[in-house]
Amino acid sequence: MESTYKKEDKRLIFKINEDIDEYSAQKIRRRLDNEIERYMPKEVIFDFDKVSFMDSAGIGLLIGRYKLANLFGGKVEVANISTPIRKIFEMSGLLKIIPEVEIEKKEAQYE
Amino acid sequence: MNNIFDNEMKIEFLSKSNNEAFARISVAAFIAQLDPTLEEIADIKTAVSEAVTNSIIHGYEEKMGIVKLICKIRKNEVFIEISDSGKGIENVEIAKQPLYTTKSNLERSGMGFTIMESFMDHVQVESVLGLGTKVSMTKKIKSYCNEEKDFAMSTRGEE
Repeated sequence: MESTYKKEDKRLIFKINEDIDEYSAQKIRRRLDNEIERYMPKEVIFDFDKVSFMDSAGIGLLIGRYKLANLFGGKVEVANISTPIRKIFEMSGLLKIIPEVEIEKKEAQYE
Repeated sequence: MNNIFDNEMKIEFLSKSNNEAFARISVAAFIAQLDPTLEEIADIKTAVSEAVTNSIIHGYEEKMGIVKLICKIRKNEVFIEISDSGKGIENVEIAKQPLYTTKSNLERSGMGFTIMESFMDHVQVESVLGLGTKVSMTKKIKSYCNEEKDFAMSTRGEE
């Protein structure tokens, strides 16, 4: 997982590079929370471009980060979700609290 | 051998959560012979992942046990059976409700059974407290329409 933080607009972008299931969610959660607590961003964006699989563990992961970011007055958004993953987002109603945004290609390039 | 199925496989693995990926990828590889669409593969992989996670997280609760996975094919229909010898589910009807979870502290969403039911054609859950749980699911691969294969199967006396 790679992440970029932009100070000027307090925006944190996470690019997840693996399948999201119960096993990987635990690892991702630990890293995410460190960075969210450190930067207290106003905007957290999950870039799903490299995620080809997600099960319900991903729903729990996103709702948990939504709650955490809310503590600091931040919002959570997702970008680049693929068709199979969109199905899970729509079925669970997740997009109502975690909206989809477009991110520029430039921003999607990580150090 | 008198078998009503065209193909069948069985795997058993330890209840470690890093085996979730192994289980769903094995099933995806096995059903590839039916030429499913990417969407059908994703649906089945997700349902398998949910059932296997339930066995590991809820059935065995981080203790070590064996999860059994059986996958069978008959014509264009996939039958999947995932079972454990864990603690079992007290009330299956309640457990199946969307958002119901006994482990909200672990950020479980309670959507496991809901996902299985909406991504598969049929889901059946049998559970006995203290003995374990068995989830049986079926799904028809709609994209599969190979007449030659269907003919070959019907001549084997299955019709």
